[in-house]
Amino acid sequence: MSPPSRVTAADLAGSNPEPHHLADLVARARDGDRSAFDDLVRATYADTYTLAYRLTGDEEDARDVVQETYLRAYRGLHRFRGEARFTTWLYRITANCAATALGRRGRHRHDELVDDAALVDEHPDHDPAARAERDAARVRLRGALHDLPPRLRAVVVLRDIYDLPHEAIAAELGISESAAKVRLHRARRKLREELSPDVAEAARAV
Amino acid sequence: MRCDHVAPHLAGLADGSSALDLRERRHVEHCLRCQAEIVQYRRLLRALRSLRSEVLVPAPGLLGEVLANIEAAGEERAVRGLVSGRRAAYLGGLAAATAAGAAGALVLATRHRRPA
Repeated sequence: MSPPSRVTAADLAGSNPEPHHLADLVARARDGDRSAFDDLVRATYADTYTLAYRLTGDEEDARDVVQETYLRAYRGLHRFRGEARFTTWLYRITANCAATALGRRGRHRHDELVDDAALVDEHPDHDPAARAERDAARVRLRGALHDLPPRLRAVVVLRDIYDLPHEAIAAELGISESAAKVRLHRARRKLREELSPDVAEAARAV
Repeated sequence: MRCDHVAPHLAGLADGSSALDLRERRHVEHCLRCQAEIVQYRRLLRALRSLRSEVLVPAPGLLGEVLANIEAAGEERAVRGLVSGRRAAYLGGLAAATAAGAAGALVLATRHRRPA
């Protein structure tokens, strides 16, 4: 499957939705407004797809995970109490669906490495050299993440990129909190060993 | 104290989620290798956090598929609501009829017991 085409961040509806806007949509959707839920999907689906892809490492699986995530969100929206942000709630559902998908996939298929999957940076800088350097470092970081075993990758993605607490990660992946912490430690160590020279470069470019 | 003892805590130290005891702290203060690892972890964590601003572009069609599935789920829910509403009405009617029958029987029984 060929990688999707690149677009500018401005073309992506809702890649970084406003929390107030989302809160309003959530309230209306909980009151039964279907069009408000559709707007919630429009505002968040690219972000959800990105997480799903990072967790599964596969475009087709990511699409299935997105479908399942929004169905579960639609059916369970009345249970969303608003203690966490809607996006955090959505990330948790996505993580749970991805864990199910990975379990279903089993050990037969090997992850494909798609280094050139189209990614849009919401905060592009205007220095082409710096951007090229950062892009190269990020490609290596994405590659190293992709090469991690899925169970290690899931924990580091959810904790270090999406900032989910250990407790939530453990709950959604169906493991104990201590197991989640052990996996996180192993994942970080593997990444550090793999990327030590590049990490410095990527971090400098942030 | 050896580096191996401290190594599991270094990433946590970099993100502020773990702390070292006095002996471990003294080791790290004098160990260039451990200090270098902390720096590498700090850079790794910053680089990972920077990925949060990237959004993968889904293939066209995904949004339409998701919205169509939600619409189907909405229809399903509406039909279930109608069916359960009718079932509730039917059960309510049945209960009312049973109560009316029981009340009638009670009235008849009471009349039979009255002395002529």
